[in-house]
Amino acid sequence: MEDVYIIGAGIHPFGRTDGRSGRDQGVFAVRQAMADAGIEWTDVGCAYGGSAAAGSADIMVNELGLTGLPFINVANGCATGGSALASARNAIAAGEFDVALAVGFDKHPRGAFNAKPKDYGLPEWYGQTGMMLTTQFFALKIQRYMQLYGISRETLGRVAEKAFRNGVHADHAWRRSPVDLETILNSPMVNDPLTKYMFCAPAEGAVALILASGKKVRELGADAVKIASVAVRTRPPGSFEVFAPSVDIENGGKPTILASKAAFEQAGIGPEDISVAQLQDTESGAEIMHMAENGFCKDGDQEQWLREGRTEITGKLPVNTDGGCLACGEPIGASGLRQVYENTVQLRGRGGGRQVPNNPKAAYSHVYGAPGLSGVCILER
Amino acid sequence: MTQLLEPIAPNLWTNEAEPALIGGRLPNGKIVFPYPSGDAAEGVEPWRLSRKGTLWSWTRQDFQPKEPFEGPEPFQPYLLGYVELPGEVIVETRIVDCVLEDLKLGMPMEFVVAPFDSTRSTYAFRPEKA
Repeated sequence: MEDVYIIGAGIHPFGRTDGRSGRDQGVFAVRQAMADAGIEWTDVGCAYGGSAAAGSADIMVNELGLTGLPFINVANGCATGGSALASARNAIAAGEFDVALAVGFDKHPRGAFNAKPKDYGLPEWYGQTGMMLTTQFFALKIQRYMQLYGISRETLGRVAEKAFRNGVHADHAWRRSPVDLETILNSPMVNDPLTKYMFCAPAEGAVALILASGKKVRELGADAVKIASVAVRTRPPGSFEVFAPSVDIENGGKPTILASKAAFEQAGIGPEDISVAQLQDTESGAEIMHMAENGFCKDGDQEQWLREGRTEITGKLPVNTDGGCLACGEPIGASGLRQVYENTVQLRGRGGGRQVPNNPKAAYSHVYGAPGLSGVCILER
Repeated sequence: MTQLLEPIAPNLWTNEAEPALIGGRLPNGKIVFPYPSGDAAEGVEPWRLSRKGTLWSWTRQDFQPKEPFEGPEPFQPYLLGYVELPGEVIVETRIVDCVLEDLKLGMPMEFVVAPFDSTRSTYAFRPEKA
C-alpha cells in the first residue's frame, strides 16, 4: 500500500454558531483545508464525510463545485469522522486517487443526547424508565473503575482542570477560560461521581482534512504529516458498552483495546513512542480509563500520572492538548476528526500557546462512541 | 400497592408471589436480559433470573432526562446501576429503598417490583435486608 499524508487541515470553531447550518460549517472547514493545502476543489479526487444530526455531506458540492467527484456519505455515529478518514486514506493507498477529502460536521440541540430505543434495537421501557442515557453509562463505568483501581474524585477534577487550561490556547475551542479544581468538584452533580464541569456538552463544529499521495506531496512541496495507521473496531463479546440493559458476566475485551492494538501494529511502533495523544474525553473518567485502554499506563497508575502532571502539555505524554471534548464540546460527526486536526497542528509545530515542546514525532488519536466502537489514528512527522 | 399498578411492559418479570426478571438462555448457554424480541428470540429459552445478586456499579440520575423518559412530575433524582446475578448475567436496574451513600461495590442486592409512576410499576433491586 502507498503511504498517505495529510496536507491540509481546516476547522470551523466548535461551540455554538447560530444562523450557520452544520453543513455550512463543514463547507467553511473544507475551504480552509484546501487553502492550507494549496489546492483547488477541482484537485480533489474523491470525498467521504457525514454528520450524526446535521444531514448528508454530499450536498456540499452545491457550494464547493459540481466537479463530478464521487462523494460518499458516512453515517457511522461517533466514528463518522474516523470512518471517513479511513475510507479516504484507503482510496489513496489503493492508488485510485491522489487527493481525497475527509470531512465531518454537526449541530446538536442543547442538553444531553436523547437516543431513541428503537434506533438501537432496544425495547421502549428501557428509555421510558430513564436508563438509556449516555451520561449514565460513563458514570457507571468510572464508578466501578474508581472502586477497583483507587481513582479519586480529585483526579477526575484534575482532568477537567487541565482541559479548560489547554482550551485557553486553542482558537477552535468552545470553553476558553480556566476553571479551578474547587469549582469543578463543587459544580452540580450530573451522574455521581461526575459533575457538570467533568462532562462535555453536545455542540456544533466541523473539521476537514485533505489527504494526498506521496507523489502529490512532492509535486506541491506540501507541509505534510504521514498517516502511519488508522483502525476502526466495533465491540467484542463481553465488553461493557453504552445502552446495555445487560452485560456478560464474563469480562471480555474492549473496542478501544482492539483498535489501539491494530493501529500500533500497523504503524510498527508502541505507546512509548508517542509524543502527544488525543483521547476520547466525553467526561473526565473516560480520559482516565482510555489512558489505560490505549496502552499508555496500567489501570490505577492514572492517580499518580495526574498528580505529577504527566499528561500536561509539558509532561511526558501530553493528552488532549486543545482541551479535548471537555473544552471543545462534542459535535459527533466532527469530534474524531478534531483530534486528528489537533495532532496535525502539533506535528507541524503550529500549536502556539499549546504547542508540545521538542518537535513531537508521533501523535495518537482515539475516538469512542455508541454503540461500542473505537477509532484510532497514528500520525508521524 | 404495587400489585394494583400496571407493569411498564409485559413479560419483563414473572407474575408470582416472589416475582423474578425474565431473561433468556441462548443455545450456547449464555444468559441475556431482557428476553429478545423478533427473530433474535429464535432458539432462546425463557429463563427465570435469580432474585439475588451483588452490586456491580451505580449512579444517581440528578437531571430530568428528555423524552422518551416518562417518569412522574415533578422530577425526583433516582438511583440506578448494575447488579450481577451470580452465574447468569449483569442486569441494569433501578435501585430503590436506599440513598447513594449506602451503596458499596459488591454489596448483596435483592429483586423488587417498585412503583414507577401513579399507574405503572417497574423492576428494581434494593440492598438485601440483613
